[in-house]
Amino acid sequence: MEGRAKTPMPPRASADLLVPTREEIRQVCDERFTKETYERLQRAGVAIAGLGGLGSNIAVMLARSGIGRLRLIDFDRVELSNLNRQVYDIRHLGQKKTQALAQRLRELNPHIELELCDVRVTEENALELLRGWDYICEAFDDPEAKAMLAEQVLWGSRQEAANSEGGKTWNPYLVAGSGMAGYGDANLIRTRKVNGRFYVCGDEETEAGEGTGLMAPRVAVCAGHQANKIIQLIIGGN
Amino acid sequence: MRVNGTQQQLKKPVSLAQYLRQEGYNEGKVAVEKNGEIVPKSRFQDAILSDADTLEIVHFVGGG
Repeated sequence: MEGRAKTPMPPRASADLLVPTREEIRQVCDERFTKETYERLQRAGVAIAGLGGLGSNIAVMLARSGIGRLRLIDFDRVELSNLNRQVYDIRHLGQKKTQALAQRLRELNPHIELELCDVRVTEENALELLRGWDYICEAFDDPEAKAMLAEQVLWGSRQEAANSEGGKTWNPYLVAGSGMAGYGDANLIRTRKVNGRFYVCGDEETEAGEGTGLMAPRVAVCAGHQANKIIQLIIGGN
Repeated sequence: MRVNGTQQQLKKPVSLAQYLRQEGYNEGKVAVEKNGEIVPKSRFQDAILSDADTLEIVHFVGGG
């Protein structure tokens, strides 16, 4: 620790804090919206694949908005290089992202239901991890992983529906992110409807690479597009 | 053929794999929908495009 200044840390949420009840949170959340709107959000579950700059911000926005249940998927641990754009703080360095994010979300809404999947998503396990979830956010960093997830969700769910012989079918919405590096015009980041079940947010162009890193504002703008589309789909749909 | 909302002419039928290559896409980084149906990567070679088709190509770039 030599050479590092010690800064007093703010206290973590503890038993001494007065935790608002589920009912108190509900009351403030639906003051301006209808009860029905809030109930739809409360009943909904969203799976988030990747808990980096996009996924961690999406999770915070959805938790604040009153989504009832989140499945958080990532194999990684929090590193110092993440703090420029992800919602973690120095308390979380070295912790599993699933655990660190769960702590953060419970501090925002202690009643949210969280399912933590501390695993790398692959072609082999993607369907197993996501099956049954109606709303899926793709929030990986790697473009090939993004493409893999899109194929698994969109093609895989279709194949399963075709083979289900009239059983319960799974027809998920996928909201993906592509192109949010740098500090170029934030207005170039938009939500594109590929079809009624598949949306892509981002400028679809600016990639992270040499000379162009990821920065908090554009990453958060893109995460906001993804979270907003999910909320629209939940409230607008049945 | 309509690609991402823009009309373009396809003079002769080509495979989706060929089309992606000639347009400079990396097969491993795209999601492609042909006439409203997602095409899995394993079928890029067999999917033949004609001028009547509608394609949606999502080209993923790194960062998240």
